[in-house]
Amino acid sequence: MVERTRRRAADQLGLRSALADRLLPVLVAAMSFLAALALAGTIGTALLAAQWRDDTASTLTIQVPDPDAPDAQDGNHFSAVLTALRSTPGVENPQPMSRAAIDRLLSPWLGADAGDLALPIPAVISAEWAGPGRPDTLAQRLDALAPGTLVASGAAWANRVAALTASLQACAAAVLVIVLLVAVAMVSLATRSGLAQRRETIEIVHGLGAQDGDIAREFAARATLLTVVGAGVGTLLALPVLFWLAAMAAPFAGFTPSAGGFGLPLPLWAALPILPLVAAVIGWATAQVTVRGWLRRMS
Amino acid sequence: MIRLDDVWLKYAPPGHGEPGHDVLRGVSFEVPSGGFRWLTGPSGAGKTSVLRLMYLAAHPSRGRIEIFGTHAARLNRRGAALLRRQIGVVYQDFRLLGHLSAYDNVALPMRLARRSEAQVQADVMEILRWVGLSGRLEARPAELSGGEQQRVAIARAVVGRPKLLVADEPTGNLDDAQAQRLMTLITALNRLGTTVVVATHNLGLVARYPAPRLDMQDGRLTGDG
Repeated sequence: MVERTRRRAADQLGLRSALADRLLPVLVAAMSFLAALALAGTIGTALLAAQWRDDTASTLTIQVPDPDAPDAQDGNHFSAVLTALRSTPGVENPQPMSRAAIDRLLSPWLGADAGDLALPIPAVISAEWAGPGRPDTLAQRLDALAPGTLVASGAAWANRVAALTASLQACAAAVLVIVLLVAVAMVSLATRSGLAQRRETIEIVHGLGAQDGDIAREFAARATLLTVVGAGVGTLLALPVLFWLAAMAAPFAGFTPSAGGFGLPLPLWAALPILPLVAAVIGWATAQVTVRGWLRRMS
Repeated sequence: MIRLDDVWLKYAPPGHGEPGHDVLRGVSFEVPSGGFRWLTGPSGAGKTSVLRLMYLAAHPSRGRIEIFGTHAARLNRRGAALLRRQIGVVYQDFRLLGHLSAYDNVALPMRLARRSEAQVQADVMEILRWVGLSGRLEARPAELSGGEQQRVAIARAVVGRPKLLVADEPTGNLDDAQAQRLMTLITALNRLGTTVVVATHNLGLVARYPAPRLDMQDGRLTGDG
């Protein structure tokens, strides 16, 4: 009689019921969802900060409070400052800001008719600072030519943006670490619960000659499967939220959802698939450590 | 050679004795390789505890146990696992895995020993035919009668052709014909070189298969020979 080839039982320890496929994947999915948001926060903040830093760090804004006042050379304060800027090494592309542009900047505070108000509005010159160090002496020189002239350097703002970015990134990194620790704790608890449920089975299998590694491998395989599925689902569920957040951040980020990548930066697209892989490593390693420790204490 | 030398055990099997109570007190005996011993005595005499020590499920509180020349206390976890693969055990309460079929229960020790699936299939089918269960391969333990479960447990114990077979009341749930069949199998294994220790309080069975007896009473060995 030819007997059919029999297949090896895939679940020798009965872990399908002991490490159930409901609670752990749901919890891991929730953790992955949070991790995806934190990851997006870390990467998005870094990209925005870099962009803002590049835009603002080299910018100089010069306010001349009484531009039409005569200066010592039969000109006025405005032309004196502009001439001085054009001849100063390190100052590039000094451009007077038009009255219309100034009115537009002031309109949130003074309304659309700012130009009609009898308010002393300073002239504004924008330039780029390409010199070494900080333009501190420039402010003193311009103040001497036109008293009250203010030089606002973008570098100061860039430093504040950098500090803000660093703190936001630290927060996001802390969230990631917490999510990781919670995931480890969840897998460990689920594995302990599975071990407690399968104590008698494990004792029998041990008695039949199973090594600790055999038992740990079965638990780790099951935990890895459940965490990968949970993390995959959690990451996918996070995508719509990330698209929405990217659309909200688009005006500040300088790109639009239609620009490709559904508004998400490429580094984030590259990082998101890593979440299920990290979850797999957490599931496998945590289950291995938990089971081996439990077995050592058991006997 | 199996040797127990002044072995004491503070251990309480579930429902028997108090924790810390001496279950075994100074038990010493030897079973030569390829030997057969009956382990007899009333319930609670310590027969199951002696067997547990022999298949490395318990550690003595005092004394020395030697299995095939290996001092059991000196084994590390891996060494103990590898030695257990050479020991077949028939438990009094069968201890089958409820989520596995009869076939997979019997195949388990061979798979743990990394035998090929072809070898597993050949040996498992043969032994299940031997115990009269070739028609119940897919049945789970809950679908089997007590006698059938015991036969699966026996098949699992002997399928790997162990060097040592320990059996705790292996005929307890079998009718006379099945018990005879089982004893024929056990004695055949013994003739092939397997060392056998069978615990029983069935003196009729002992009389039908004469072999040296280890008599237990109240945790002590009261007779050897």
